[in-house]
Amino acid sequence: MAVKELRPPLAGKPRLSLGRILTIIAVVSVVVWAFAGIGWVRIGSSWSLVLGAIVRGFLHPDWGYVEDGTSEDLLSLLLLTLAIAFCGTVIAVLGAAPLAFLAATRPGRRRAPVPVATGIFFTIVRTFPEIVLAVIFVKMVGPGPFAGALAIGVHTIGMLGRLYAEEIEKLDVGPDQSMVAVGATRAQILIYSQLPRLIPQFLSLALNRFEIAVRSAAILGIVGAGGIGTPIIFAVASRSWDRVGIILIGVVIMVSLIDWISGMLRRRLR
Amino acid sequence: MKLAASIHRKLPVQAAIAAVVIVILVASAKAIDTDLFSLAGNLDQMGVVFSKLASPDWSYLPKVLPAVAETLQMAITGTILGAAAAIPIAFLATAPMTGSRLLSTIVRGFLNIIRTVPDLLLAALFVAVVGIGLFTGMLAIAVFTFGVVSKLVYEAIDTIDQGPVESLTAVGATRTHVARYAVVPQILPNMISYTLYAFEINVRASTVLGYVGAGGVGVTLQASMGLMRYDRVSVIIISIFVVVLAIDAFSAWARRRLL
Repeated sequence: MAVKELRPPLAGKPRLSLGRILTIIAVVSVVVWAFAGIGWVRIGSSWSLVLGAIVRGFLHPDWGYVEDGTSEDLLSLLLLTLAIAFCGTVIAVLGAAPLAFLAATRPGRRRAPVPVATGIFFTIVRTFPEIVLAVIFVKMVGPGPFAGALAIGVHTIGMLGRLYAEEIEKLDVGPDQSMVAVGATRAQILIYSQLPRLIPQFLSLALNRFEIAVRSAAILGIVGAGGIGTPIIFAVASRSWDRVGIILIGVVIMVSLIDWISGMLRRRLR
Repeated sequence: MKLAASIHRKLPVQAAIAAVVIVILVASAKAIDTDLFSLAGNLDQMGVVFSKLASPDWSYLPKVLPAVAETLQMAITGTILGAAAAIPIAFLATAPMTGSRLLSTIVRGFLNIIRTVPDLLLAALFVAVVGIGLFTGMLAIAVFTFGVVSKLVYEAIDTIDQGPVESLTAVGATRTHVARYAVVPQILPNMISYTLYAFEINVRASTVLGYVGAGGVGVTLQASMGLMRYDRVSVIIISIFVVVLAIDAFSAWARRRLL
């Protein structure tokens, strides 16, 4: 294996072993199966007309929707979307940070069942589709942005929890051992040795998840969880492409702005 | 770690940051009408939903499996088309490959815009243009993959070892030759790894694309949710869960084999 890795990139093609040939056949047949199942013929015949209408709408966006003084205009709904993403991320950080300490396996702390169980919990929560969570929360707290924030929060706990646990596992044990040696309690080790090293990493990861949460918050309105998603789906359904155009422009600007600000903050945290 | 970097010295700055975060949080919580009492008051609703989720209706599985297979077909084809389109564009997005800083900046700006459009929104637009079905989902996933993979590949090209590039240029190779013999061999493992990464994301994303009419298991999911058949929703979620875990395992295995 080591020899293979040292092989320079241009030193000829790899040898064709039986296993390699079987793998290639398997991959090719899966790809053929996938392309065969798509159903290419079912493309509507009016697509050029619709595309033309969409392009016209996007070229003349509905500027009047940007601000019309009500709380249902583009700017207020974009701000609401940001608020949903922010609350969701805060819920996730508050949930994930303590759980990550349970999920992390550190040398000298052997409680195998707890980390394994917490890890499984993270995986389940992460795999649960966010939109299903949103529907469940819409049932529980009624349609509105709060349901969206809860859905994003719970989903992001699964994502952040695993990443936080990895950060804890990566920590150098040197400072902790020095503190144990001078008789520090576990709480003191946490506050004076581990948290100062973890907080910048935790914040950086939280900012990254916030960027993703903004994108989620922009679409969860499709199931009634508040934010800009609801008017998008109404505008698409009623074929008002000028409205869709202005909303899309708004979402693109908001997401780019958040990515830019968050990128700057994360560079400072490093 | 220096003492100056410890929490005591940085306390004023950190307190200020914490204050800003709390102010934003309070404003946001107000904006979204946070009502913890409604959450607590409806816990019995959650109990009803979860008790139904906990008793899956396995007789529904024969209906779910074909939909899951369709979802996979959508994810596989979309990933392949998107990644294939991403690679030439990634070369156009790097100044040394195009010889024009202006062109690569424009391409990067275009890619940035594509990446900011949420995948479900893309799917909703494609549904309007080409109608409902798997083909639409494939297109949405292809565009989404295109945005993700092209960025990762051009960043990989930015950070390659310049030695082979300089050697080839020195002996008079054309730009195409440099790309083929100095750049591609260096980024090929990365490209495969990024495509697998995009595939993992796409499998997750494709399960909900049906919500806006783009085919796959999302259609079944939406129908069962609408009918409040949470016992069926449970079967669907368990199927998705199994597929996602299997794909993640496959992808980790393939990465080890290939790299």
